[in-house]
Amino acid sequence: MMKSLHLIAALGASLLVFADPVSARPWVQPESFTLKNGMQVIVLPDHRAPVVTHMVWYRVGSADEPQGKSGIAHFLEHLMFKGTKKIPPGEFSKIVARLGGNDNAFTSYDYTAYFQRVALEKLPQVMEMEADRMANLRLDDAVVLPERDVILEERNTRTDNNPAALFSEQVEAAQFLSHPYGRPVIGWRHEMEQLTTQDALEHYRRHYGPDNAYLIVAGDITAASLRPLAEKYYGAVKSRGIPARVRPQEPPQLAARHLEMFDERVAEPNWQRSYLAPSHNRRADSDPDALEVLSQILGGGATSRLYRTLVIEKAIATSAVAAYQGTALDYGQFYIQATPRAGQTVPALEQEVENVLTHLLKDGVSGDEVDRAKRRMIASAVYAQDSQQSMAQIFGEVLATGRSIEDIVAWPDRIQAVTPERVNAAAKAVLRAENSVTGILLPGKK
Amino acid sequence: MGAVTFILNFRPRFVIASRRRGNPGAARKSPRLWPLNCRVASLLAMTSLAACLWAAPANAVTIQRVTSPGGIEAWLVEQHTIPLIAMDFAFRGGAKLDPAGKVGLARLASATIDEGAGDLDSQAFQKRLETLAIKLGFQTDQDAFHGALQTLTENSGEAFALTRLALTAPRFDAEPMTRIKAQLLAGLQQAAEDPDAIASKAWFKAAFPDHPYGRPSEGEAGDIEPISADDLRQFTARQFTRDRLLIAVVGDIDAVRLGQLLDATFGGLAKSSNGPDPAPVTPAVNKTIVIKRDIPQTVMMFGLPGLLRNDPDFIPATVMNYILGSGGFNSRLMVEIREKRGLAYSVYTHLAPLAQTGLFFGSVATQNDRANETVALLRHELARMRDEGVTPEELEDAKTYLTGSYPLRFDSNAKIAEQLLGLQLENIGIDYIDRRNDLVRAVTREDVNRTARQLLNPDNLLLVSVGQPNGTSPVK
Repeated sequence: MMKSLHLIAALGASLLVFADPVSARPWVQPESFTLKNGMQVIVLPDHRAPVVTHMVWYRVGSADEPQGKSGIAHFLEHLMFKGTKKIPPGEFSKIVARLGGNDNAFTSYDYTAYFQRVALEKLPQVMEMEADRMANLRLDDAVVLPERDVILEERNTRTDNNPAALFSEQVEAAQFLSHPYGRPVIGWRHEMEQLTTQDALEHYRRHYGPDNAYLIVAGDITAASLRPLAEKYYGAVKSRGIPARVRPQEPPQLAARHLEMFDERVAEPNWQRSYLAPSHNRRADSDPDALEVLSQILGGGATSRLYRTLVIEKAIATSAVAAYQGTALDYGQFYIQATPRAGQTVPALEQEVENVLTHLLKDGVSGDEVDRAKRRMIASAVYAQDSQQSMAQIFGEVLATGRSIEDIVAWPDRIQAVTPERVNAAAKAVLRAENSVTGILLPGKK
Repeated sequence: MGAVTFILNFRPRFVIASRRRGNPGAARKSPRLWPLNCRVASLLAMTSLAACLWAAPANAVTIQRVTSPGGIEAWLVEQHTIPLIAMDFAFRGGAKLDPAGKVGLARLASATIDEGAGDLDSQAFQKRLETLAIKLGFQTDQDAFHGALQTLTENSGEAFALTRLALTAPRFDAEPMTRIKAQLLAGLQQAAEDPDAIASKAWFKAAFPDHPYGRPSEGEAGDIEPISADDLRQFTARQFTRDRLLIAVVGDIDAVRLGQLLDATFGGLAKSSNGPDPAPVTPAVNKTIVIKRDIPQTVMMFGLPGLLRNDPDFIPATVMNYILGSGGFNSRLMVEIREKRGLAYSVYTHLAPLAQTGLFFGSVATQNDRANETVALLRHELARMRDEGVTPEELEDAKTYLTGSYPLRFDSNAKIAEQLLGLQLENIGIDYIDRRNDLVRAVTREDVNRTARQLLNPDNLLLVSVGQPNGTSPVK
């Protein structure tokens, strides 16, 4: 089955908000087909430069890890570079470099992905190697154990050397009472230290296969020319029979949580709040599109309410931002964060945030605010198309979290349809104390 | 947004653990290998515009040298498939020209010129940008003051007009001045506890004790506080002049229209200004500095003198550095320190040609009680490269990568604009891009080994360690 979708055709209607709808001329037109073994293929043609971004995404992330094995999804991501029957340990990236290409990989809660960026004519070689390690990974302690030290050093760099990152882990753990989104992607140190070759292989055998993966190729190619290559390399990999992704779900959250952490390495206090929110994947009885607009109005830049009130008018903060993360298989989160100015206290800052929220919930947002936010958001869909890598990333994340190509294509239209009333309703549904964790990070010792 | 925002510690839970850490030094100072295969095609005569066209092989970019009716030059790549225009521009000068006692002047200017200009106050200016979805930002490094503009084609007139306002009529009102200073000071306070930032600041201070390169381009807290609006006005008058200006434009615009916009945007700037560059300088090395911090992992920055960009050995040195420490997973340091021994998540080296000095530096972080082992290994690898040089296979792999990966730097408008501006900043000529891959291919083993012998003296390292490297007593 091949579908040709017209992203900009969909954008066309939305862009009428701009002075001149000519900017809506067609551009990236996603194409898609599915191999016999169940592997979906998405092509994002962009013929400006003779290069491609080749990505394989697996529908498995840290939220799919067994209890007590936190970090195994990310650890396996590292170990996927340790070789197969055909490719000796340490050779994968070396071969990609010899092809004049760059490669890397990344892991999140809901996905693990591998990519190479190469000149078009090198695409078949990287496809062959990526398909090979989908089925033929070889691991032993000689390569696994030093790499475990590497991920522990990675944890040091990202988290243990940084009190703000350590505190974020605590906030996330408090936000989720049962769901594994409460565990850090990198893993808890004490569990990482115990991860074994066997753990990695079990994770690999359980989750890695064409029926749990999809291929995204963005750049100087079309579905018609990619198809024979995809069939040759990925089509030859046997499907694995992947178990359904069933994760523990959250019970009703009934109590507002307040956390406080002191650390002598903290330079200045920081205040943050996280609210449990719906994800785009669960929008049947909620309104994630309106939450996106809300986050812009509340804390999305220099004219947002939080910035205007706390940073400019009250001069009580140096920064004040809000963000909604709704690209998730299960739950989203709505965040607010602010840093007090020198000489200002955290309680006074928190009170001002509460005042902004109370005002918002009581009087609602204005039509002008909603219009301005929507224009910027819809324009961002045009800007995103400048980068084949960004486009591949966006499609990859959305598809990993239960949604479809059609869903991405329709996004500008959906944003355009958001009204002030919907923003107000979404704010009331999500900005509730019992959904929230408030965290205060302070310098010094308690 | 115009204001400085600190979301440094804002880590939503979806932050990804990636296999390789980015190279933080590479963004602005990276040695640029732009092997863009352009050759001279023709000299186009245009009404009131002289455009020199550098045509490229099929599918590559075509660079035009556009000169506006008013005499302002820009390099342009037309790209009409997507309704966007990107412009990167820079004024030579930057933080190194900050007067003594006002370290951070350029940084403060970069954060305040879009906080109100002309008739628009801060909020009105920012609202205009947001309403039209225009992205406009300024920043400074030691050698240049940078601006970056991205706009939808249909809003280009307004986008360039707002850029002109910021450059020629910034207001420096009292409220944004106070606010932005508070933000910059908060940033400096955070940096004072960030191990990477601590190491970097100490390294440059030790390397350049009596030169502006030893001062942080982010500014010094005590200096930023007293800077006045008049100081900033003097700065913009001195810095934003046409003789210092370099411009790269990529996107949905042609040379005629660009010529008009160049004159409207930059035509009002003064022709030139005094502001002599600081003297050439060689970094002071052969020193070990330990800064104790209560952290589990020691962050180390190390370095030596490097090469200027116009040094005839710069390309061979780039090839050598690729093999030693900038080649990602394939570099010797990555293989020895990370892959074989699991000592670190990230280790890299970098050749940084600044305007008045050349640097070779790198960074590695490892758990405290393996810091000595890591440094010993690092010194050993530098010595091995100096004494034994590279193998023919290593040289061939490096050349294949460096020449083969060039198109990856040109696959978006924003990236092409950044590349074209970089070529101008490094002053290596529009014809240079045609010769670039051939220069890399011509590098011999002897060339590489010569630069290794010249540059790599492991006994001379300037090494800064932040943490509790083994042998030092714990902090507390």
